[in-house]
Amino acid sequence: MSVGEAPRERSWTASLRTRAEDALPPETLLPDRQPAYVASWIYVFGALTIAALVCIVASGMVLGLKGPAWWHVTGIGRFFNGIHLWSVEIFFFTMVVHLWGKFWMGAWRGGRSLTWVAGAVTFLISIAAAFTGYLSQQNFDAQWISTQAKDGLNSVGIGAFFNVTNFGQMYTFHVILLPVAVVLLTAWHVLLVRRNGVVPPYVRQLQRERAASEERA
Amino acid sequence: MALLGTGALARTPLGAVFDLSGRPHYVHWHFFQMSVTNLLVIALMIVVFCAAILLPFPHRRAEP
Repeated sequence: MSVGEAPRERSWTASLRTRAEDALPPETLLPDRQPAYVASWIYVFGALTIAALVCIVASGMVLGLKGPAWWHVTGIGRFFNGIHLWSVEIFFFTMVVHLWGKFWMGAWRGGRSLTWVAGAVTFLISIAAAFTGYLSQQNFDAQWISTQAKDGLNSVGIGAFFNVTNFGQMYTFHVILLPVAVVLLTAWHVLLVRRNGVVPPYVRQLQRERAASEERA
Repeated sequence: MALLGTGALARTPLGAVFDLSGRPHYVHWHFFQMSVTNLLVIALMIVVFCAAILLPFPHRRAEP
């Protein structure tokens, strides 16, 4: 067998491509129509959360490049600091409303449990990302929070490897590890939503089940 | 921050709507303690949640 003529099923790239196309064909990945029940404001908050996340990452990259002297002292630095803070406020606000909406509509139904778990884990990691952000401010507020938090974390044994008084460690968590985790989990969450579709309302599910049982009868 | 509460800025339209320099207010009931600010944010989230459910959404390009 010559190079380049390997059977398609033996090539990992072809196998990966086939699996990706099967799981998420283009019309499923980027749909232009949604079921009628999606026409509600409660379905908007997931997209708002992602919009806030984009603002957080963009403003955070500027803050990281310019440094604490810039974000504490200069007018434009304070402006970007404010953008970063308020993007986080909006991020959590919209994410919590999104979480409430999905909880009350039972969004884990119909084989969507992984979507729910991915969203819940993203929420928890986001809290850690925000916490390390407060520790990375480089001001007295950050010092106060770190010295208060260390006692609580030490009491449960986390302080040995998660040292809130170690600025370098907290900053690395805040600008690299946790944001990457949040962005990757968010992307996975969205792909799962695309693959499984938006969960139908309880009423619609009951109607379908009733119609199916009537057909069987 | 003191300027916002006591200085000339507080008396101008540029001053904060609420006095941010005063003593923080907390709600305290047995073991439960929370700042009034956080409670207001939670109340606002509940209001927005209810509004998102009740307010009509402009229908467009939806399939039955």
